[in-house]
Amino acid sequence: MTAAAGGRVTAFVDNDIRPVGRGRMLRKEDPRFIRGRGRFVDDLQLPGMLHLAILRAPIAHGRILSVDITAAEAHPKVKLVVTGVMLAERSLAWMPTLSGDVQAVLATDKVRFQGQEVAFVVAEDRYAARDALELIAVEYEQLPAVVDVRTALDRSAPVIRDDVEGKTDNHCFDWETGDKAATDAAFARADVAVSQEMVYPRVHPAPLETCGAVADYDAVDGTLTVWSTTQAPHAHRTLFAIVAGLPEHKIRVISPDIGGGFGNKVPIYPGYICAIVGSLLTGKPVKWTEDRSENLTSTAFARDYIMHGEIAATRDGKILAIRTNVLADHGAFNGVAAPTKYPAGFFGVFTGSYDIEAAHCAMTAVYTNKAPGGVAYSCSFRITEAVYLVERLVDCLAYELKMDPVELRLRNLIRPEQFPYTTKTGWVYDSGNYEPTLRAALRIADYEALRREQQDRRARGELMGIGVSFFTEAVGAGPRKDMDIMGLAMADGSELRIHPTGTAVLRVSCQTQGQGHETTFAQIVAEEIGIPPADIRVVHGDTDQTPFGLGTYGSRSTPVSGAAAALVARKVREKARLIASAMLEVSVADLVWEKGSFYVAGDPAASVTIRDIAMRAYGDLPDGIEGGLEAQVCYNPENLTNPNGAYICVVDVDPGTAVVTVRRFIAVDDCGVRINPMIVEGQVHGGLTDGVGMALMEMIAFDEDGNCLGGSLMDYLIPTALEVPDWETGFTETPSPHHPIGAKGVGESATVGSPPAVVNAVVDALRPYALRHVDMPLTPSRLWEAMSGNPRPPI
Amino acid sequence: MQVTMIVNGERVTRDVEGRLLLVHFLRDHLALTGTHWGCDTSNCGACAVWLDGEPVKSCTVLAAMAAGHEVRTVEGLEQLGELDPIQRGFMHCHGLQCGFCTPGMLMTTRALLDSNPNPSEQEIREAISGQICRCTGYASIVRSVQWAAAEESGTRTSTVDPASVRSEPRSRERTADRP
Repeated sequence: MTAAAGGRVTAFVDNDIRPVGRGRMLRKEDPRFIRGRGRFVDDLQLPGMLHLAILRAPIAHGRILSVDITAAEAHPKVKLVVTGVMLAERSLAWMPTLSGDVQAVLATDKVRFQGQEVAFVVAEDRYAARDALELIAVEYEQLPAVVDVRTALDRSAPVIRDDVEGKTDNHCFDWETGDKAATDAAFARADVAVSQEMVYPRVHPAPLETCGAVADYDAVDGTLTVWSTTQAPHAHRTLFAIVAGLPEHKIRVISPDIGGGFGNKVPIYPGYICAIVGSLLTGKPVKWTEDRSENLTSTAFARDYIMHGEIAATRDGKILAIRTNVLADHGAFNGVAAPTKYPAGFFGVFTGSYDIEAAHCAMTAVYTNKAPGGVAYSCSFRITEAVYLVERLVDCLAYELKMDPVELRLRNLIRPEQFPYTTKTGWVYDSGNYEPTLRAALRIADYEALRREQQDRRARGELMGIGVSFFTEAVGAGPRKDMDIMGLAMADGSELRIHPTGTAVLRVSCQTQGQGHETTFAQIVAEEIGIPPADIRVVHGDTDQTPFGLGTYGSRSTPVSGAAAALVARKVREKARLIASAMLEVSVADLVWEKGSFYVAGDPAASVTIRDIAMRAYGDLPDGIEGGLEAQVCYNPENLTNPNGAYICVVDVDPGTAVVTVRRFIAVDDCGVRINPMIVEGQVHGGLTDGVGMALMEMIAFDEDGNCLGGSLMDYLIPTALEVPDWETGFTETPSPHHPIGAKGVGESATVGSPPAVVNAVVDALRPYALRHVDMPLTPSRLWEAMSGNPRPPI
Repeated sequence: MQVTMIVNGERVTRDVEGRLLLVHFLRDHLALTGTHWGCDTSNCGACAVWLDGEPVKSCTVLAAMAAGHEVRTVEGLEQLGELDPIQRGFMHCHGLQCGFCTPGMLMTTRALLDSNPNPSEQEIREAISGQICRCTGYASIVRSVQWAAAEESGTRTSTVDPASVRSEPRSRERTADRP
């Protein structure tokens, strides 16, 4: 190992020779961040730049009677004030959402959730823009708000989406999967059936950097540059072209450093469009940065499912079937960023990691007077909800069967010889070897010792709980035949250029928000082409600089763009082979590739390095060989990949205060081949923290009038260093059979797998209270109510 | 109004509005964009800087209140081209992912090490408990601070990171330590 002195990042020696999966290659991103020289959207200052602020609805549902902007326009520092009516005159008042619905950019007729965009101001500085918002007078006729999702479909409920022709209710969509008849039959002959209603409350990704954009329209050449907090710059460019009617080749979307995304930065937000309109109308660069309350109250929330789950089994614990009815709250507009064919995301994987006979799900989604969104917060397209459902159901079954929850899981896990495994809802799990992963977690935890300790503590009146979960993820969307957003298929481009001196630039379509793509993608290419990672620059987040692709979400960067990076490197290597054959004057068939060099079979001394080849690629070449050493690919994944893992959570509940302390958390993940183990571990740590947060404290709540009660970080609680333990991680490795390097993705595994482990642990701790289920968030007050014999759902 | 203060060792004077927050003064007027703004309510700590050697949240300090005082930001950590050990610790132990909370975390933990050169894990967690990191789950931040502490006290004898990926053996140690 070479020490990093004076901040110089030095790749470890073994990373040069074996770049993938070895050692701890330090991140290429870090030198700028630790110096405060990251480049976030709000850091951008352009000459003449103006600042935009948005006026938002103070009520959840109301008709706009009038908007008076005269006083705001008279403010000396104000350059522009725009209302919904003014946007409507330019046909810009509504925009498409990522799921085929429409959403108001600025409200014209009604406001439909508290925090909805009503007008915007562009002024000389950010304070003046905020001042001018106070000068806009809006008169509303307040309407009753639809807040309770359970009554949203009542005949008496006010219709939220009367903008849609002929709409007479708040129905959003119905969705069904599985085989109802087979499932009902399995239930009919089961020894045991357990049903449990559970709520996955509305939560929010709350990345530390809020959303924002700087739009710069050049009226002379008609080009629009948008720096924005987006996880999907290419998809956003296409949407901006559609919404604003600008030619796509003159739009450039730049996603610089992103201060965390977690799904929050996938959708298009009205603020982005407002910034573009602001720049179009003023001819100046316009910056919009939302504040924390705007982020929490108006941007993509997550979850908000009420799930009625049922599980059927034999007396000895063989699970036969699972069925569920789900009521989904989609807010005022269906802004879900899920593939078109999957309105409920990948919730269909709710059969989890178990080999069962039948499954069925029926879902109804409704509109309410709440912020739009639905898929966000590292959920892998609703797999978080699915895994929570099945892992809680299995624990409820264990409770009824009086069986150890580990033993019950071991009896039902899909066996290694069953892969590729087709689930009863039609998903094909690519690979897995579950039992050793679960056993590794048990070993790290010393499960038997923990159970003995629990017995001793219970005897002393202490509440200690042990919770187990086993999850199977489905990440890396497409394939394109199944998965698209607005017709844009989920396949990713990648381009690799080797320069004459043997250094390289890799261009990828995905966008890092902290995952370390600049490091891991260099490692992938280094492994394939033999150039040290330090000599490979990864360019991303700029639509003018990178090939098209659908972006970073659903843990898809490594499974899709990572595969593209490996394949484009192999394509360049084949080109290099041609050049090497000319240089060594042998046939390509006689060349052997070994880590950065081609040599002649049987004569290893006759060899050329990739560096030698690179220089020759731009020099004199025989006729018939095209010059240059570069290639581009677009990778269409064959299937999703299926990371999985076993998590064990140990909690103590204070019997006097109902405060939960997470004492230990053991996570054993199998994400296939790990490119950079240090980064993989970091991804797991972050997700576990998300999971503890959701299980114990996070919830976006509303009062009966639709006022958001989680509009600041004083009300919406996020774990600090004091609420989480030191994580204990372990890894098993079952490569993906179809990914070029066997990687599977890991970004959301821990967020998906950890909430049920925490809840299972808390319910286990409360065994003396004979509780089988308590809904998240397990705050002291809610838990105290449950311990007092009055468990209540959070909504 | 005119404010004068020392920022990272340099004397600066600007005309500002009385209501201007220190975080916006640093970012918009001095172009020191390393200090981030994240919440409005002093919960996240992305804006932490030093005021006369003490960490403060610059979103709840007026630029005018800093007049006549000394401010140090993340840009002032590197001295004469040498990174501060806390900066190197964060790089070595993966103490950051998206990098947005990092400047605030660095300023707070630098102050911690100045007052307590060998903090325990709990002391480190308490020191950063007024700050939010959405990415790392904090464990690697704790390790980063421990790395820097060891570096500064010269006790880090091995070139192998104490924070190298840990799993079973370490867990067993933890179990053994537990009462």
